[in-house]
Amino acid sequence: MAGAGIELRKVTKRFATPKGGIYTAIRDLSMEVAPGEFCAVVGPTGCGKSTTLALVSGLERASAGEVLVSGQPVSGIPDGIGYVFQGDAVFPWKTVLGNVAAGPRYGGASTGDANKQAQQWIARVGLSGFEDRYPHQLSGGMRKRVGLAQSLINNPRILLMDEPFSALDVQTRTLMENELLALWAATSASVVFVTHDLEEAIALADRVVVMTAGPGTVKGTFAVDLPRPRNVAEIRFQPRFAQIYEAIWSQLRDEVLVSYERQKHAAAV
Amino acid sequence: MSAQGGAPPFDSVGTQDGATGALATPTAASASIDSELSARRAAAARRRRLVIYALRVAFTILWLGSWELSTRLNWVDPFFVGQPSGVVQRLWTWITEGTALGPLWLQAAVTMQEAVVGFLIGAALGVVFGILLGRIEVLAEVLSPFIKGANAIPRVVLGSLFAVMFGLSLWGKAATAVVLVFFVVFFNAFQGVREVDRNLIANARILGADNRRLTTEIIIPSAMTWILASLHISFGLAIVGAVVGELFGATAGLGQLIYNAGHTFDVNGVFAGMFVLAVLALIAEGLISALENRLIKWRPSRVSGEIPI
Repeated sequence: MAGAGIELRKVTKRFATPKGGIYTAIRDLSMEVAPGEFCAVVGPTGCGKSTTLALVSGLERASAGEVLVSGQPVSGIPDGIGYVFQGDAVFPWKTVLGNVAAGPRYGGASTGDANKQAQQWIARVGLSGFEDRYPHQLSGGMRKRVGLAQSLINNPRILLMDEPFSALDVQTRTLMENELLALWAATSASVVFVTHDLEEAIALADRVVVMTAGPGTVKGTFAVDLPRPRNVAEIRFQPRFAQIYEAIWSQLRDEVLVSYERQKHAAAV
Repeated sequence: MSAQGGAPPFDSVGTQDGATGALATPTAASASIDSELSARRAAAARRRRLVIYALRVAFTILWLGSWELSTRLNWVDPFFVGQPSGVVQRLWTWITEGTALGPLWLQAAVTMQEAVVGFLIGAALGVVFGILLGRIEVLAEVLSPFIKGANAIPRVVLGSLFAVMFGLSLWGKAATAVVLVFFVVFFNAFQGVREVDRNLIANARILGADNRRLTTEIIIPSAMTWILASLHISFGLAIVGAVVGELFGATAGLGQLIYNAGHTFDVNGVFAGMFVLAVLALIAEGLISALENRLIKWRPSRVSGEIPI
């Protein structure tokens, strides 16, 4: 399925804190993701990156402003959304097969059809032979593959990824990043990839959005004009990569420092 | 993937010169070291188990022995505290000649029937209401003071009420068991529903699960760990309910047997009845554990060091 565009217009999201106060996660955030584009969002800890994804997915409602998917305002979970969560979100009581087949089954497919589709996706993420395992019997990297297959089997037009690989070791992570690029190339879905790792963002994305320290808003947008297909492990050595990195880091650094000072202050109080 | 599950750490000692050595498939030598290690581990675990059993036997001898001895030497009066040999004798008479109320197995069967019926009804109600109130917040808010109030009163006294309502039949005792079991299972099921990982719910919703699927495929399996844990405690409570129910009026059952023994100053009979109850409760506990292992086979297997209490 072709990717769908995403548009956020002056979006603000406030949460009520348990103490009765109000916490503003993002303020007046405007950004756009073109159909089929791979967009990475970077920013310091607590800048509202995950909140942005929650708004696009329809899991949270915006307090002000507009969130549009394919030109339609988001109310409820839009069709064709995939979401890969930061922590483990695979169902521990389902086998690998059951986990991957969940999407089609919820969509109304018979268990037989769903399982057949799931088999294909399990093979595509390299987990053939592990169909009957439970998540606790898999490594962290394998569980992430299950999560990927679980999302991609629904042919999402938009794939939202919330620091999906942050819990993995560096080698596994590079492997997974390459696999993600290969899978994405085959689907042409739009991707919003949230990460705090600038190298990962540049290696994967067409465009990198830098967010300010919370309440988050867009500080700058950078096109990544590195050729595709890319090999994530090697692209870091290209001179152009270093140039882009420097340009983005000069903006990101200030925000990271602001966030760091705040955390120190909060810890002192 | 294979790189992660690679050679054990002590392997790299011999291959400092090249990183490739560490990634090579395990050799025959390292395989035999592995098997030797695991054999040694198994032997150590066996030894430890034997020591534990030996200590248990020693504890039993010390406990029963000191009891028997202190009554034999008349330090304490066996009329009031009983005597292990007397308890064994009483059990033997019950088994060979039957009790004052009829054969022993019949008393056990009556009590277990009351307990099991009460347990099943109480657990079923607890699960249903726990999930219902866990899912529907308004309902939980409206009913919470009533439930907390009902939980706060000593519910065994309801046994007398049930004895009036149901007479000498099974239902009076089963009802007492129900009110004891219900609250334990209810609170656990409720908590279990409340504690479901928010990520899992979000994931299921994104994948397209409707409310019904969310309940049957996410909420209930997730709460199952809590519910099954509560079943362990609540079967013991079901037996308490049945026995207390029998105290308020019954013609048969272990509770009635114990009650009779107490009234005839037969302390050994009281202990013998308690012993039979304990054995039955342990068997039921074993059955529930077996059920638990079947129902949640997705959970990591228990750590061997965990003490099964």
